Amino acid sequence: MKKLNTYRGGPDEAGHFGIYGGRFVAETLMPLILEVEAAWDAARADTAFWDEFHYLMKHYVGRPSPLYFAKRLTEHFGGAKLYFKRDELNHTGAHKINNTIGQILLARRMGKTRIIAETGAGQHGVATATVCALFGLPCVVYMGETDIERQAPNVFRMKLLGAEVRAVTSGTGTLKDAMNEALRDWVANVDDTFYIIGTVAGPHPYPAMVRDFQCIIGNEVREQIQEAEGEGRMPDSLVACIGGGSNAMGLFHPFLDDEDIRIIGVEAGGHGIETGKHCASLTGGKPGVLHGNRTYLLQTDDGQILDGHSISAGLDYPGIGPEHSWLFDNGRVEYVSVTDREALDAFQLCTKTEGIIPALEPSHALAHVGKILGELPSDHIMVMNMCGRGDKDVFAVAKMLGVEVSQ
Amino acid sequence: MSRIASRIAGRFEALKEQGRGGLITFVTAGDPDLETSRDILMGLADAGADLIELGMPFSDPMADGPAIQAASLRALKSGMTLKKTLALVAEFRQQDKDTPVVLMGYYNPIYIHGSDAFITDAKAAGVDGLIIVDLPPEEMHELEGAAHAAGIDIIFLTAPTSDDARLPVIVERASGFVYYVSITGVTGTGSADIGDIHSAVERIRRHTDLPIGVGFGIKTPEQAAEISSVANAAVVGSALVDIIAANLDAGGKAKPGLVEKLLGLVADLAAGVRGAGKKVT
Repeated sequence: MKKLNTYRGGPDEAGHFGIYGGRFVAETLMPLILEVEAAWDAARADTAFWDEFHYLMKHYVGRPSPLYFAKRLTEHFGGAKLYFKRDELNHTGAHKINNTIGQILLARRMGKTRIIAETGAGQHGVATATVCALFGLPCVVYMGETDIERQAPNVFRMKLLGAEVRAVTSGTGTLKDAMNEALRDWVANVDDTFYIIGTVAGPHPYPAMVRDFQCIIGNEVREQIQEAEGEGRMPDSLVACIGGGSNAMGLFHPFLDDEDIRIIGVEAGGHGIETGKHCASLTGGKPGVLHGNRTYLLQTDDGQILDGHSISAGLDYPGIGPEHSWLFDNGRVEYVSVTDREALDAFQLCTKTEGIIPALEPSHALAHVGKILGELPSDHIMVMNMCGRGDKDVFAVAKMLGVEVSQ
Repeated sequence: MSRIASRIAGRFEALKEQGRGGLITFVTAGDPDLETSRDILMGLADAGADLIELGMPFSDPMADGPAIQAASLRALKSGMTLKKTLALVAEFRQQDKDTPVVLMGYYNPIYIHGSDAFITDAKAAGVDGLIIVDLPPEEMHELEGAAHAAGIDIIFLTAPTSDDARLPVIVERASGFVYYVSITGVTGTGSADIGDIHSAVERIRRHTDLPIGVGFGIKTPEQAAEISSVANAAVVGSALVDIIAANLDAGGKAKPGLVEKLLGLVADLAAGVRGAGKKVT
């Protein structure tokens, strides 16, 4: 590993984390990107902005989310102590709301009157539609038509919240196409529209901005672990799942400079990396440029973007946040993958053992936890981000288990 | 920055001497298949295209509307690659030494090909200019050193959102011509008001002496004529691509007459810009 004084200093002024990140957008969008960046620079230095953010985090989202000692799973695996950061208990059921609250406050500050978003599994779409309802702003959510079919409950939730869900049929009708379509909308509606991107990807300043909103997860863990385990005690390891990588970045970033802490990101291995049907951008892709940033991507030898495959629509993105790419190259964070099958097993294990129905996304993280926890000593403390709840997944899981449940 | 004496600069000089604006046609390389695309490309200059803009297919063309997205996907489905696009230009260059060819596309396939290798290969093929949609001035350092050394023009996009603070940042790096995207939107959607285009072109002229091409939303010979009377060239893309889409059989193969129909529209557009009659200064 190449030693750095800090792993928390990025990005540079042009939005680069090493060679990753940047602002690879059409000229029509450049003035907007620069406007968002200037507004974000002002907002992040304004205590009133953060006061409003933290007020809503506490009273609307229900933060801090608990840090819960998963005693039964700890006993089940044998070995290290496992804690869950319970972000699935947030309002709307995932970590996504941390980011949408932050971005809509920025949009309001900029005087924008219309919100757009992309969504894959629908969690970010629901979180965006929720904050739009909260602030009375019109909301358009782009969603691939393939995803609309497999995430019907979330589509209905968004509509109940007053959002317009636009089916994206271009390309292959999945999350990457939804993001293309949201960018096209933004290009056409530059005056009044703010684009709330759902993960730590996209053109600068989004990767840094979304990270900074999600860092509330790791910052809380730093305090909560000391309440649970004694003053000064930090976790020994952190584990989180990664699609675009926002929940993982939120947990990891506040700990990046604690170099004794082992940090592991878990990508969606789908049917297995060797099959080519997966969403593991880092372990199965290579660097490229898409959606405004340079990062690891699933792509062909001709530079055409490939669709990912995962049991979890929330991890089904052919890219990953650029800061993760940088942390992968410099070795500060380990990245691994688990398969659909392993995630499904972990989903069931967690539900039966802890009485917590996890989303399929953190089920990936738990599957990897299960592989390593038993080999670690009993005084080792591991924190896993339980970043979403599984209510949205029960029908999909039933189908995969061959059980008929009428929706 | 010194202007590169290129085929593009020469063509705009010639247009100036003729006292008219030019016609720039856009089609996607390999759409709907390599054979048909070759036939179209080889006929464009004779039909009256002054410059040829050739799209490099990409799976995720985020600045393009449905027509050009579909063109990209058709080309990719038929097996088009960046290497084949360059080979197609090389073939064209055997036949036509004069008509400038500008490649337009997105950065990822170039980055994967290798930026320096791409410039070398493009130069060897006879490419004159590049429009890389997702390389704004802030990121163009990836390509411009090699491109300038090879004498390939980098053509930048300007948009209605490019204000007087932004324009100098763009045009100081530009060569060949400046491309004005006349609407805030994707290709093939609305058309801008000619008065707005005129004032935008005048505004850009205050920042550069490079020729200005105007594109997005230009579909008819009348529109092309109008544009070429206020700018140095009109770019027509989606209207040509629409002809391809409308002349495919159920299996996606070109129907007889596709190439002739497309070149027929090019001839009409060319007559439009030639008849515009107003001298462009």
